Amino acid sequence: MRDAGRYEPYSYFQLMEVSLRELLVEKGIVTADAIAGAMATMRERGPERGAAMVARAWLDPAYKARMLADGSRAAGELGFEVPGLRLIVVENTSSEHNVIVCTLCSCYPRMLLGIPPEWYKSRPYRSRVVREPRKVLAEFGLRVPQKTAIRVHDSNADMRYLVLPMRPKGTAGWSEERLAGLVTRDCLIGVAVPELPKKPKSRKS
Amino acid sequence: MGSDPIFRPGDRVRVRQAHPLGHIRTPYYIRGHTGVVERVCGAFPNPEELAQQRDGLPAQPLYRVRFRQKDVWPGYRGSAADVIEVEIFQHWIER
Repeated sequence: MRDAGRYEPYSYFQLMEVSLRELLVEKGIVTADAIAGAMATMRERGPERGAAMVARAWLDPAYKARMLADGSRAAGELGFEVPGLRLIVVENTSSEHNVIVCTLCSCYPRMLLGIPPEWYKSRPYRSRVVREPRKVLAEFGLRVPQKTAIRVHDSNADMRYLVLPMRPKGTAGWSEERLAGLVTRDCLIGVAVPELPKKPKSRKS
Repeated sequence: MGSDPIFRPGDRVRVRQAHPLGHIRTPYYIRGHTGVVERVCGAFPNPEELAQQRDGLPAQPLYRVRFRQKDVWPGYRGSAADVIEVEIFQHWIER
């Protein structure tokens, strides 16, 4: 890890990035403001769009069916227009648990989930989750019973993936917004499942 | 225009065991293994050609192929029903 407080010279690739960026600005192909704006937009984006799709699917079986048939179109239905995105939604059931990885680089539906976490891009996750998914999921705190099959999806080419988790018990009557609040980034990658917030233990005074 | 898909969902296919140089989207770990076509994803410009600054046309059909984990990893620990699904371009698979 880089220590933020210590000076380190640029690596080769950092230097290449800065050089290319400065050249593009100098030649008037993009403006520095446009780059800063795009970076800010990227940084602000979290998994809310993916979570909203899941909550809608939990409440509307017809939407869920359309989402499983064509994920990109279902994203568009909620106003998340992502040109060129080919989204496949995979559904968790009591007999099947899905988990996503890109073994070749770090393909990820950024337009729906924001910037991927560091671990998603790390070599240990990418190399291990394909060959020992149960062990890796257990390290995330998720124990998948042997009777539940694990489907690992390698996002190695042109498709992007989103996991549709199971709706937790005890959420009957919840609003779409409240349901969406249960769906974390990790649930959408498949290394966690949505859980109700734990009730704080009452303390005796 | 793309090439037509020659495989259909449910077809048993084998990933070519080949080691060309360049930008290859077929992971090493799956080469030589046999699986079943899960779905046809459409046709996409060939990434091996795109990486060489060419247009990648005709677009190559892309499939999702499902493999049994026990077939892919010797000594795999987990359920016999566990699978891994990988995207494979048509020119990388054969019957």
